[in-house]
Amino acid sequence: MGLSPIERIAEGTPKGFRRRIRGLSDRAIAWLFVGPTIALLLLINIFPLIWTIRLSFTNFRANRPNADVKFIGLRNYERILSDSDIWQTMQATAHFLCWTLFLQVLLGFTLAWLINRKFRGNDLWTTIIVLPMMLSPAVVGNFWTFLYQPQIGLFNYVISFLTGVDPSGFTMIGEVDLAPWAIVIVDTWMWTPFIMLICLAGLRSIPDYIYEAAECDRASKWRQFWTITIPMVLPFLMLAVLFRGIENFKMFDLVVLLTGGGPGSTTELTSINLKREAFEKWRTGYASAYAVILFVTIFGLASIYVKALNRVKDR
Amino acid sequence: MGAEDPCICILDRSYGASGQLCSAWTEEENKMRKSAIVALAMLVPMAGTTAKSADLTLCWAAWDPANALVELSKDFEAQSGHNMSFEFVPWPNFADRMLNELNSGGKLCDLMIGDSQWIGGSAESGHYVKLNDFFDAEGITMDDFIPATVTGYAEWPKGTPNYWALPAFGDVVGWTYRRDWLERPELQAEFKAAYGRDLDVPQTLAELKDIAEFFQGREIDGKTVYGAAIYTERGSEGITMGVTNALYNYGFEYGNPDSPYELEGFVNSDGAVAGLEFYRELYECCTPPGSSDWYMSESIDAFRSGLVALQMNFAFIWPGVHADPNVGGDRSGYFPNPAGPGGHFAQLGGQGISVVSYSDNQDAALEYIKWFAQPEIQKQWWELGGYSALRAVVEDPAFATSQPYAQTFLDSMAIVKDFWAEPAYASLLLAMQDRVHTYVIAGQGTAREALDGLVEDWIEVFEDEGKL
Repeated sequence: MGLSPIERIAEGTPKGFRRRIRGLSDRAIAWLFVGPTIALLLLINIFPLIWTIRLSFTNFRANRPNADVKFIGLRNYERILSDSDIWQTMQATAHFLCWTLFLQVLLGFTLAWLINRKFRGNDLWTTIIVLPMMLSPAVVGNFWTFLYQPQIGLFNYVISFLTGVDPSGFTMIGEVDLAPWAIVIVDTWMWTPFIMLICLAGLRSIPDYIYEAAECDRASKWRQFWTITIPMVLPFLMLAVLFRGIENFKMFDLVVLLTGGGPGSTTELTSINLKREAFEKWRTGYASAYAVILFVTIFGLASIYVKALNRVKDR
Repeated sequence: MGAEDPCICILDRSYGASGQLCSAWTEEENKMRKSAIVALAMLVPMAGTTAKSADLTLCWAAWDPANALVELSKDFEAQSGHNMSFEFVPWPNFADRMLNELNSGGKLCDLMIGDSQWIGGSAESGHYVKLNDFFDAEGITMDDFIPATVTGYAEWPKGTPNYWALPAFGDVVGWTYRRDWLERPELQAEFKAAYGRDLDVPQTLAELKDIAEFFQGREIDGKTVYGAAIYTERGSEGITMGVTNALYNYGFEYGNPDSPYELEGFVNSDGAVAGLEFYRELYECCTPPGSSDWYMSESIDAFRSGLVALQMNFAFIWPGVHADPNVGGDRSGYFPNPAGPGGHFAQLGGQGISVVSYSDNQDAALEYIKWFAQPEIQKQWWELGGYSALRAVVEDPAFATSQPYAQTFLDSMAIVKDFWAEPAYASLLLAMQDRVHTYVIAGQGTAREALDGLVEDWIEVFEDEGKL
């Protein structure tokens, strides 16, 4: 009779090691296995977090390691929360986050729904659509800067062709009213395929027999869409929104390349602002407090969202 | 081997070159001598390596003068036997990259040609080696350099004889213009009819704006051209380096000359407000569409491609413009930043060369500075396209006519003013970038609000620094 898988694993364990762990409880062995991971996690995640919280109560500057570090209590937090510039960056981030998520969900789901229908060239179109997602943000940022160029940019010429306005009469990344939309457009162009792929996975996971049963019950296509398709894709969609939401909350590279946070501070998102405080102004204590506030915000919002996601999944 | 093998004589005794013992020595003596000579043989090449050929790395911005310095440094390599490596970073990332390097005590750079505003922070944080003793020992005196460059690039605290760098590259904001366009008779006639004076090099900022306005949107040789390329960049230091050329000349001061850090009424004086309004008007009326985030390279590109009639830029670009096949030679001219109602100044650029205190090759780095300070090397530096700050070079009677832009460089260097060089310069600079960009480019608020806000920001920085 052959050995069971567990016995085979036991047999495969080197003799020396087997001798050493003989007599250890299951709990001890479990700790032995997860110990290194926990140690690593503490070292690279938890310790920096605690250190950041500690620094947030001081006036420490990383560029002056020899200067006296003073404990200043909640002063950094007070300054951040009462700073109108910080609230402006929060607003810019909220605008970017809400509109990119809305447009990407709308377009991503629509594309997934269309791609899910069987037609010739289906695979080719899927590949073409996901191409932007495969590009580096640095590349995307640079070539969209050229596309938005008023003299030579294709974008302005397309808009000019469609609307009749002078192509050099507007600057997508240089005008206060247009720049926030310029970054939304680029992010949507780049990341809609990601939402599409996840929605496509959701759509393809819906068994055909459910639709067949609905057909037998003479449910209309519209009804099938709202009572079968949407509820069954929703957990996938919510997961995609969670991923994109977290990513866009910390958006940095694409926006820096496109607008550098300008004009003025119109597109200065929180991550850009935080980087300037931490690594250009070197206000480490202040930036630590800022990072803690952002961490709590993201953590709180993500927790609420994950609870909602679990509720949807359990339905 | 036999006894006939050649021996090397050491202090009357001899030792076989191939390692055998010589008969005149006792066994014990031979053992000791053999150990000592083996040790010596090991040490000599090592000592030779240290003294003869250090690997020096010089850090600077990636721009035309850096390429000229690579050429120039070949002479140093040949003379000294040291190997030179170069770490050049594009301007928009230069401060970020190099200040991170210095702040982390990195050993990448032995020599740093750092921006003039870094001098305070780098001196106080111990990033740079103080050079006074070295200058005294080598007979290098700061009296030999253009005074503005000594104050701007080498001294900290300002106005005191404490030197942390050798002035390496004199630079200043000036203007380049399309001489061939300005000299066209039909345009001259049209300009005179419109403005009542000749179309010529502007003497005041108001005249400059008139010229820029005149060319804005004009068809020249079948192509739409624009008035002026000016600094508008937000991310690093661009718009500040541009707007100060208007602010200074309308009456802006960094503070009360008699009471440092007293900002109210100086940073936001009526003149300063008028200067800021002027810069916004210039941006609004006379710059190419899409120039909302332009600094040195974008301005150069615009000028070289024939898009603009005037270009604000640092003097370092002039050799490149002069040599350009499209706009070079007689087609372009150069003039200093024009005067305004409150004075006549120009924004200082340029850098000094410092020895990084974390370097393991400080002696070789000092050797480089000693070599670089020589008048003949400084002369070559100018010939290769580097702007020497040595008076012996720039005060030479032949200097002013040596290049078409040489006189403009001299005139501009005589009117320079620089931004803060405080240790907290980055916070001061970024605050100004934000305030000015928000008003000039985004058009939000008024000039008065922008400068009042700047005063608040700067006071906060100085309070944090314990200076107020």
